[in-house]
Amino acid sequence: MSERPLLSVPLLSVNGLGKRFGGFVALDNIELSVAAGERLGLIGPNGSGKSTLVNCLCGTLHNETGSVLFDGQKLDGLIAHQRTRLGLARSFQLPKPFHTLSLVDNLRVPLIYAVNARPGPHLSLAEVETRCHELLRQVGLADKARRLPRDLTQVEMRKLELARAVATQPRLLFADEAMAGLSPTEVEEIIAVLLRLNEEGITIVLIEHIMRAVMSFSTRLVVLVAGQKIADGLPQDVVRNPEVERAYLGE
Amino acid sequence: MRNWTFWITAAAVGIVFLVLSRVFFTNEYYFFAAYVVLQYIVLSTAWNILGGYTGYINFGTGAFFAIGAYSSAVLHKMPALTEAWFGIHTPPIPLPVMMLVGGIVSGVLGLGTGYLTLRLRGVFFAIATLALTVVVQTLIVNWDYVGGSRGIYIIRPADAPLGGGYIQYLYTLMLVLAVIAVGIARTIERSTLGLGFAAIRDDEQAAEAAGVPTLRLKLIATTLSGALMGMAGAPLPYYVTYLDPASSFNLAYAVNSVAMPVIGGMTSWIGPVIGSILLGTIQQLATVTISSALNLLIVGLLLIGFVIIAPNGIVGLVRARRRKRAGALEALAQERTA
Repeated sequence: MSERPLLSVPLLSVNGLGKRFGGFVALDNIELSVAAGERLGLIGPNGSGKSTLVNCLCGTLHNETGSVLFDGQKLDGLIAHQRTRLGLARSFQLPKPFHTLSLVDNLRVPLIYAVNARPGPHLSLAEVETRCHELLRQVGLADKARRLPRDLTQVEMRKLELARAVATQPRLLFADEAMAGLSPTEVEEIIAVLLRLNEEGITIVLIEHIMRAVMSFSTRLVVLVAGQKIADGLPQDVVRNPEVERAYLGE
Repeated sequence: MRNWTFWITAAAVGIVFLVLSRVFFTNEYYFFAAYVVLQYIVLSTAWNILGGYTGYINFGTGAFFAIGAYSSAVLHKMPALTEAWFGIHTPPIPLPVMMLVGGIVSGVLGLGTGYLTLRLRGVFFAIATLALTVVVQTLIVNWDYVGGSRGIYIIRPADAPLGGGYIQYLYTLMLVLAVIAVGIARTIERSTLGLGFAAIRDDEQAAEAAGVPTLRLKLIATTLSGALMGMAGAPLPYYVTYLDPASSFNLAYAVNSVAMPVIGGMTSWIGPVIGSILLGTIQQLATVTISSALNLLIVGLLLIGFVIIAPNGIVGLVRARRRKRAGALEALAQERTA
């Protein structure tokens, strides 16, 4: 066992995951594994089940069938905050800032309730404070630390959303359409932030519609169509896959 | 201000009030009126721990309050019961103990209700708590030991501890409880618990994603809120001396304990205090000078007025003005440097 390189052991493995809403099959028998350190792009047309998959993996929704292993541990039955404490983090498609709290306090929540809730040494109040400002500096929001989220622009809101997810000190981060509605330069900014996080050792799953962003970011691409995984492989191969072309461009 | 300095200040304010009232309240009526205002400080502060901090609107104040009152009524009859059944003579139970018991019973009710209803959100939670009042009231109406729908007469002990009349004693206890309730609310507000509550209020899904155990925190809020309401209700039998379901489950308690934080401001401990002093005093004045039926009309009109003019209450109004001034100063400073 010790001879095997660590990277070949998947950080996340999803086996036969299925989710239905009444009679509608949102996810059908999804198999997926994510290696540590990977940058995975998850694409698919609207309504193909991308966000549902993230919701099932992060515990916001509960899948009826299948099981999920994270770092060798079964996630089935754990509720969202327990998964966060294990090292799964997410940003929301529509930013959900704590709108009555200042930016610093927005980041204080995950530091106190996720990082300090883990076993081992805890951050002191002063350390939490420093860490909040450090995180805000990393995403370029340091000078707005005492402001409320409503004072932020759209791109700043996305950055706050990412910073709050990163504050939980995750090993795996789901960035759910972190760039929707942003201008090309703003997209570049967010990608730069994500790449740096990945270099720091966070495995990232990027759910995105902007193909240029996905292609420049991902080392692997997974395509969902109507709740089924239809492709999984290197980005340049996947986009040439006829099935994927058909899903995106029609017959 | 640090927590302990706040507690000391609050205690000092309480003592000053106590001394001043003994000097200036020449007529017993003033104690009766002040007791009601203090009772509303406790009720609205308790309500605000759940409603203002975590954002769950509770219309069941009446239930928690009355449960506190009725647990006192049961305890009041307890010595007679033990005498009749076991022939053991027991002394009457002191009121502070009754308040503690009332708090525990209502706290357990809060925990149970929370567990059953916290999956509901927004207006559905409010409806469930309203239904709780009806259910609990029905139980009390059908419980003969505490008088059923006839109600029950409670005879006050002949002499009050601490000197003065019995109403002074009730007033003192409620003042102490108000100081404790406000102290608890403010301590929570500044603690990590308060931060978790605020996260839940702002966005529950995001709070979960940030690691906040939302269900556990909400249960803490319902339990604490219910317990304080029960403690506020425990002295009621001795205040009114005649306890009946119709008046102790009165909807006015629920309406007032929602209206007071809304008018004062829900995000801060001082909001409910301001709201209940303001509204409580106006109601007492109106009762004496105009009519007791006018109370709810005043509440209604004030609520409408505040929702239109200051949706974040008096505290929100002051904060907005302060922020505007700070913004203007900032702009001025930038102009000067430029």
